[in-house]
Amino acid sequence: MLNIHNYVRPQTLEEAYALNQSRRSRILGGMLWLRLGRGTIQTAIDLCDLGLDTIEETPEEFSIGAMVTLRQLEQHPGLHTYTQGAMAAAVKDIVGVQFRNLATVGGSLWGRFGFSDVLTVFQSMDTVVELYKGGQMPLEEFARRKPDTDILVRVLVKKTPGKFVYRTMRNQRTDFPVIACALSCIGGEYRASVGARPGRAMVIRDAEHLLSGGITEDSTRAFARYVAEQTPTEGNLRGSAQYRTHLIEVLTRRNALELGGMA
Amino acid sequence: MDIKLTLNGKPLSASVAPDCVLLDFLREHGCYSVKRGCDTSNCGLCTVLMDGRPVLSCSVLAVRADGHSVQTLEGLQEEAKDFVGFIADQGSDQCGFCNPGFVMNTIALLRENPDPTDDEIRAYLAGNLCRCSGYDGQLRGIRNYLNSRRG
Repeated sequence: MLNIHNYVRPQTLEEAYALNQSRRSRILGGMLWLRLGRGTIQTAIDLCDLGLDTIEETPEEFSIGAMVTLRQLEQHPGLHTYTQGAMAAAVKDIVGVQFRNLATVGGSLWGRFGFSDVLTVFQSMDTVVELYKGGQMPLEEFARRKPDTDILVRVLVKKTPGKFVYRTMRNQRTDFPVIACALSCIGGEYRASVGARPGRAMVIRDAEHLLSGGITEDSTRAFARYVAEQTPTEGNLRGSAQYRTHLIEVLTRRNALELGGMA
Repeated sequence: MDIKLTLNGKPLSASVAPDCVLLDFLREHGCYSVKRGCDTSNCGLCTVLMDGRPVLSCSVLAVRADGHSVQTLEGLQEEAKDFVGFIADQGSDQCGFCNPGFVMNTIALLRENPDPTDDEIRAYLAGNLCRCSGYDGQLRGIRNYLNSRRG
């Protein structure tokens, strides 16, 4: 049951940071999962007055404020073009439009949720997070860290030319994914990001250069097997570890074929 | 906490607890079309429009509505009247409990995309759950309405 004693809309990030140093304070994102937790929140800190709800695009990068909603990601024409639809594909089945109008990028990434399509797709790109005190760091590194009392201000996606694809397996359209697989080729580097293992998304690079000779039936099969072997999986009510490992191989192969224009 | 918002076109000032959700606030102010379904951000029964966008009122703090415009079905009956008859004609409003959420989200869909395909309708309404109908009736009703508009 949600129990909040105070609600504050800070007017500066410094004010928000100071409030967030108390163990019983919480930053509000989309409120969707926070609300299902237990315990008392002494001070709920709402960042909605800080202008973090826009996506700014320059020739070099996208700057995505922490309060940008998943629906904004889904509908942004620049992100759609840059990711060849992978961004929209990643978020389109997250519950419903009403949910995606509330859920925020900051909340999704800060939570490092295992089931997160958002973390999975962003990790397939050249993504950096900007923390108020901690400065900038690669999303991959941020995802491995435990949450602290810093504030995620924005997400920066470098517009390094690349190709992107995204696939998930869901038992039902709007359910959490059984497995989520993104694949990118950025500057010649192939990068698979696998989420809902069910642990949090992790990146597998083509360290054995299985695709460097070109995308063929054989090379995609070898790469998909490699990614499946390198990705730890576990079972839960949505699927067993073996099923997930099998799905990783199937979806990664389909992703690679699509990346190579063979799907 | 004191908040000011526009509810169904009318200014409203109220005092709310920090943890009061918009769903409870709206029902306390007579908007009984806003239903409590799953209460876990999944079913779409509590859909309202906030600044014109559909949101789950079970998951929005009432204090977050401060300074914003909120619309419920009570304030959109004229706009809904155009197409709810087509849905009723299909018998898809069986128990009726999910209906207000469906209608609110359909209003949002048609404002955003006045001529959606069947797949676009399915995608937009995927966050509205119905335990009675199997969804085909709602789809047929909206399709018939759209066809009728074309003459």
